[in-house]
Amino acid sequence: MAGFVLVGLMLLATVCAPWLAPHDPLEVDVTNRLSSPSAQHWLGTDQLGRDVLSRVLFGGQVALKVSLIAISASMAIGLVLGMIAGFGPRWLDRILLVSFDTVRSFPTIMFALAIVALIGPSLNTVIGVIIATSIPVYARVVRTQTQALRERDFILAERAMGASTLRILRDHVLPNIAPPLVILASMDVPAVIAMEAGLSFLGLGVNPPTPSWGSILNDGYSYLRNSPWPIIAGGLPLIAVTLGFTFFGEALRDIFDPRLRRKDA
Amino acid sequence: MSSPVLEIRDLTVTYQAGHGRVPALRDVSLVIPEGSIVGVVGESGCGKSTLISAIIRLLAPNARIAGGEVRFKDRDLLLLSLEEMRSLRGDDISVVFQDPMTSLSPVLTIGRQMADVQHRGAAGRRARQARSRQMLERVGIPDAEAQLRRYPHQLSGGMRQRVAIAMALMAEPSLLIADEPTTALDATLEVQIIRLLQELQRDVGCSILFVSHHLGVIAELCDAVVVMYAGEVVESGATHDVLRNPRHPYTQRLLDCDPARIAERTRVLPVIAGSLPDLENLPGGCIFRERCLQSFARCAAERPVLSGGSHRTACHLPEAAA
Repeated sequence: MAGFVLVGLMLLATVCAPWLAPHDPLEVDVTNRLSSPSAQHWLGTDQLGRDVLSRVLFGGQVALKVSLIAISASMAIGLVLGMIAGFGPRWLDRILLVSFDTVRSFPTIMFALAIVALIGPSLNTVIGVIIATSIPVYARVVRTQTQALRERDFILAERAMGASTLRILRDHVLPNIAPPLVILASMDVPAVIAMEAGLSFLGLGVNPPTPSWGSILNDGYSYLRNSPWPIIAGGLPLIAVTLGFTFFGEALRDIFDPRLRRKDA
Repeated sequence: MSSPVLEIRDLTVTYQAGHGRVPALRDVSLVIPEGSIVGVVGESGCGKSTLISAIIRLLAPNARIAGGEVRFKDRDLLLLSLEEMRSLRGDDISVVFQDPMTSLSPVLTIGRQMADVQHRGAAGRRARQARSRQMLERVGIPDAEAQLRRYPHQLSGGMRQRVAIAMALMAEPSLLIADEPTTALDATLEVQIIRLLQELQRDVGCSILFVSHHLGVIAELCDAVVVMYAGEVVESGATHDVLRNPRHPYTQRLLDCDPARIAERTRVLPVIAGSLPDLENLPGGCIFRERCLQSFARCAAERPVLSGGSHRTACHLPEAAA
């Protein structure tokens, strides 16, 4: 329940950011740097006098955008690759598995550093890195589930009724593996948000003027002796959203779980 | 007699297992005349399931058809392309599987699955739904409309098997293959399903290949019967001929073991001593020789071939007696 509330609040706040934000997140006011919360700036201002609340709200948009795009893309690609590995011939399965494991064997941050060094930091780079490293996670889950399903009688029955492989995958394998996949995806959201914040904190994510929770934290960290507010303002939503999505995923799992158990009985 | 719907000639299927090859079916021949019900009996491991898989060409990847032909309405199914074969399945040849608990997808409603089976027609959603309802009514499912919205786990085993039969007969196939469709059901349901199959067979006019190890069911339902042992056909003929007057020692022993024929109470049920021969190292001569009480010299030397008119048997005994 707490998960649904937190996730709902986050979605509402970020989608409505342009109307909710009291200031332009990029508007610089050098006469009012690193101020504490006041009636005008609810969460104070940063080292350039930008309104922290507005930056947090717009930073949420970045976090949400990255996680939605990255997760849906990696889930879609992982789904296709996983089904091919799980349903296709053995040799193809082997090749795909080895490539999944190769990608997974790189530490994500090292991989990200290498890519950023190659093509430079940007939001798209972050999204690309996250997609590349998440595909194997989804593909492996899909592959295992598909393999378990392909031996089941109703799949054989479908074949005997003249269904093509594509039809079997789309109409019979997909609905059976969707629940675990949805749970995995919602559990993955906080990880992706934390990853984006982490990369932005290291200066490998969004380009400077654009607000992101990671860059807000980095700015605040540099001026921690002058004002603690940017750190608090950037860190709290990160914690709240991470927790929220984790609860959300667990709640989803509880909803799907009884049926999963009955299916196996 | 009209022309056969299915005619299998000398079908041989081998499985590649480890280093050896296992000939699971050897020179199997059978004929299913149009509009008739032919039963295949035999104990577990005699190749009944392999036979079905070979007919619909859904054999395990390590299986190979080493020879023979499967003629379905004058076309050799073994020569069709995968695509041509797929378009026959579920359309002109359908299968009902053994276990209705696992042969339906657990996450889709009955209605969705039944509509799905009609993927070939151009019918719209409503027409498909109407057809599904009609088929459910035809197999005797009460309140068909409501059942369409239910999931398989909400239905009993008997109901699910009815649904599976309805799905198999949706396209009014010429041949229905029933793979022990009553084995997973209790005796009362078994009788109901048998009656249902008889009724539907008359209505639709399809032929049925009925695989079972239950002699009583075969006697009740089938016009002709094929007895298989260790991958070979040992006897075939009209049901009453084969069951009343079995010629092959295996059929005779099998009938002796049928609990329905045992008149007296006994603690020890009759069995056929011994076990199936090792298919990887087949003994020469007759495959049943080692378990046969009447075997003689010729049985070890020469493999008997299936012979005789309409009631055929693969045994040297009738010849020896003559």
